[in-house]
Amino acid sequence: MKKKLIDFVIGDSGIITTVEGEGRIRRRLFDMGVTPGAEVLLRKKAPLGDPIEITVRGYELTLRKSEASNIILEVND
Amino acid sequence: MKKFALAGNPNSGKTTLFNTLTGSTAHVGNWPGVTVDKKEGVYKKCEEPISIIDLPGIYSLSPYTPEEVVSRNFILDEKPDCVINIIDATNLERNLYLTTQLMEMDVPVIIALNMMDAVEKLGTIIDAKKLEEKIGLPVVGISALKGQGIDILMQRAYETSLIKREGKTVLENSAIKHLIVDVKIALKGQNVENPLFHAVKLIELDEIECDMHKNSIKMVDDFKEVFNDKIFGNDFEGLIADSRYKYITKNYSIAIKKSENANKGKLSHSDKVDMVLTHRIWGIPIFLFIMFLIFHLTFSENLLFLGGAFSKSWTSFPNTAFEGVFGTGGINSPGVILANVFGVIFDSIIGAVSSLLVNAPTWVSGLVCNGMLGGLFAVLGFLPQILLLFLFFTILEDSGYMARIVFILDRIFRKFGLSGRAFLPMIMGFGCSVPAIINTRTLADEKEKLATIRVIPFFSCGAKLPILTAIAGGIVMRFGVGNADIITYSMYLLGIVTAIVSIIFMRSTTLKGEVPPFIMELPRYHAPQFKGLMIHIWDKAKHFIKKAFTIILLSTVVIWFVSHFTWNWQYIENAQINQSILASLGQFITPLFTPLGFGSQLTEWGWVFVVAAFTGLIAKENVIATFSTLSACITAGLAVGEEGVSAVVTMINATGATIPALIAFIAFNMTTIPCVAAVATAKAEIANKKNFNHTLVFWIGTSYILGTIIYLVGTWWWTAFIFIGISAIIITLIILNNKGKIKLHFRKKKTVVTKSSKGCKKCPYCPKNKGEDKKTA
Repeated sequence: MKKKLIDFVIGDSGIITTVEGEGRIRRRLFDMGVTPGAEVLLRKKAPLGDPIEITVRGYELTLRKSEASNIILEVND
Repeated sequence: MKKFALAGNPNSGKTTLFNTLTGSTAHVGNWPGVTVDKKEGVYKKCEEPISIIDLPGIYSLSPYTPEEVVSRNFILDEKPDCVINIIDATNLERNLYLTTQLMEMDVPVIIALNMMDAVEKLGTIIDAKKLEEKIGLPVVGISALKGQGIDILMQRAYETSLIKREGKTVLENSAIKHLIVDVKIALKGQNVENPLFHAVKLIELDEIECDMHKNSIKMVDDFKEVFNDKIFGNDFEGLIADSRYKYITKNYSIAIKKSENANKGKLSHSDKVDMVLTHRIWGIPIFLFIMFLIFHLTFSENLLFLGGAFSKSWTSFPNTAFEGVFGTGGINSPGVILANVFGVIFDSIIGAVSSLLVNAPTWVSGLVCNGMLGGLFAVLGFLPQILLLFLFFTILEDSGYMARIVFILDRIFRKFGLSGRAFLPMIMGFGCSVPAIINTRTLADEKEKLATIRVIPFFSCGAKLPILTAIAGGIVMRFGVGNADIITYSMYLLGIVTAIVSIIFMRSTTLKGEVPPFIMELPRYHAPQFKGLMIHIWDKAKHFIKKAFTIILLSTVVIWFVSHFTWNWQYIENAQINQSILASLGQFITPLFTPLGFGSQLTEWGWVFVVAAFTGLIAKENVIATFSTLSACITAGLAVGEEGVSAVVTMINATGATIPALIAFIAFNMTTIPCVAAVATAKAEIANKKNFNHTLVFWIGTSYILGTIIYLVGTWWWTAFIFIGISAIIITLIILNNKGKIKLHFRKKKTVVTKSSKGCKKCPYCPKNKGEDKKTA
């Protein structure tokens, strides 16, 4: 099942299928290892609900919901 | 001398390695044009001394951040003899991504596999030999923290630097390998250096490359027309990043072996700490408590809340070593004790010098003791607290907690067009603007940084507190209204509100821009390293002391001179400041401050307010010190009351200043140009001279407007409606302008458009822009 990263609940994981968005933000995501094929686990949300913290390629990365909405994943069971 | 560059991800231990390699030879400066730290040092344990350059921590060589551009240009233009690529072995996958880009340049590269000790603890084994075979670059396992493997690393780096190396790419098996080869050959034909690196970047349609190699873009374009990948279509930027990662995952797993006792699924120390510090409910209270603790340890004069537990006679040890330890009946914080110790030392130096100069003309001893040493020490006296504050914040940064603070607070700050990172410099501003402004270096976005620097002085610093308390106390004493504490707190609040309003205003007019993207690594928590902390603090101390002896010394001498000389070059004592050049200059410009309530409407002594504000430029507590000096002139023999309250009362009686005028005066001093130390720091941090000048104008403008509003509304309440009306008109104009309904001219708007645009606007060949042209046509 395909889902956007912002629709994940804590503990969900999935494999990235598409990274949308424009120029700078997209490139930054790629550089940080958020590329199609990478496995992502939603670890945590900040106390105020945004930004979120994910595990990708063995490290912790934080990004805002607005940026997370560009990331589409195939959800793991 | 051979030149080696250190390159690697942030948090990979690069700074630790640099400190270990260079020791005391390190020198910190700035990269030209940007305020990114440039560190250089010498490694002496090789056949010949080697110059080591620490490149900023980066994840990639893309063109979007100044750090990346600086690193990339350094390797391309300065051609180091070897690049030492330091890699966090506990996070090979992402760290190797930068390596795959570095290896495309025609420069010898060696990989330093750092934190090998931590890897073993995690129960993983990395086979450096296998990795070396796969990647085709020398790999040496080290622990920068423990100093293991450093000599071998440098020996091999030296050997590597002797052999020329041609760039190689891991994209050989990707779908666009032919394109890379073609573009590379074309560039090589034009005698371009590092053809492979430029070819790959050109195919990514990198902004910098598009500008440099305009005539080769057509090749990429033509290829794009016919190319269509299943996932990426013809988005080469995505395809290349993906291929790099695919290569890494395919090849690095061979070198990694998980041992049987690998603690998979178990929570690490770092995870446990994180669960508490970023807790959904406790995260914010814990953060607030830590902030309180830092300020308390630095500035409090009542460390253990003993308050009046000790009677005065118990805790006063005049002229003894304990003098500085006890505050008003309690124990001082380490920061205050240090500052007091400095104060004692400075006083004895001044005492010694003035006894040496006892036979010299009075103006000479005045110039040396009061003008030079007095001014210098007034500024240096803050050094202990500045450094202590800096030390605490560096610990937060190094331990990894800073990144979490940003994570917790980002949501709130985004509303004002800033990222969570901007919060720290602001809160530091309550202590001292100098470390606060230096700390804005951590803000990646130029505009965000500039906006933050501008509002930092509004977070009223420790030295401004005497202005607040003395005048508030004076108001209560003279007029018998209000409560001094409430007035003081409201002024702090006013400063914060002014900062927020200014930021919203700037971010929607001259410093407009998208909220910078927030995609940040959260590093593992670890104990900061003592040596590294000390080196960092020493660097900051050196900078500050250097400034104190140059720009700050110069300005204090100038202000001393104009306040101690008459127009006919006659030296005058402190008490005769009313005959000084400064006084007459003050009288001359005083009418300018009429709208603020301390201008022409005041009687004969009215100019003291303006003069006091001027002397506050040296250090803000001088404002009240000047009041005290001048009140002695007005009423000879007046006992200077506690914290200048009675001096203020004398001033009020002599000038006839009203309550609104006095409040306006506090607000003016709080928000106007800060002390010279802060101004000098701001100048160093704002790379662009024009922006710095605008910042000075901004400070003067804001304080003037704020003072005017307070005085006018405080005196004639109905004027509030006028200001509300004016604000409404301004807000409407800005909103209409931003929606594109009307056109106001903001000079900086043009650059904003280019920055936030999709493709590279500068380059007409870029297909993205072509597409846009078609649409508009």
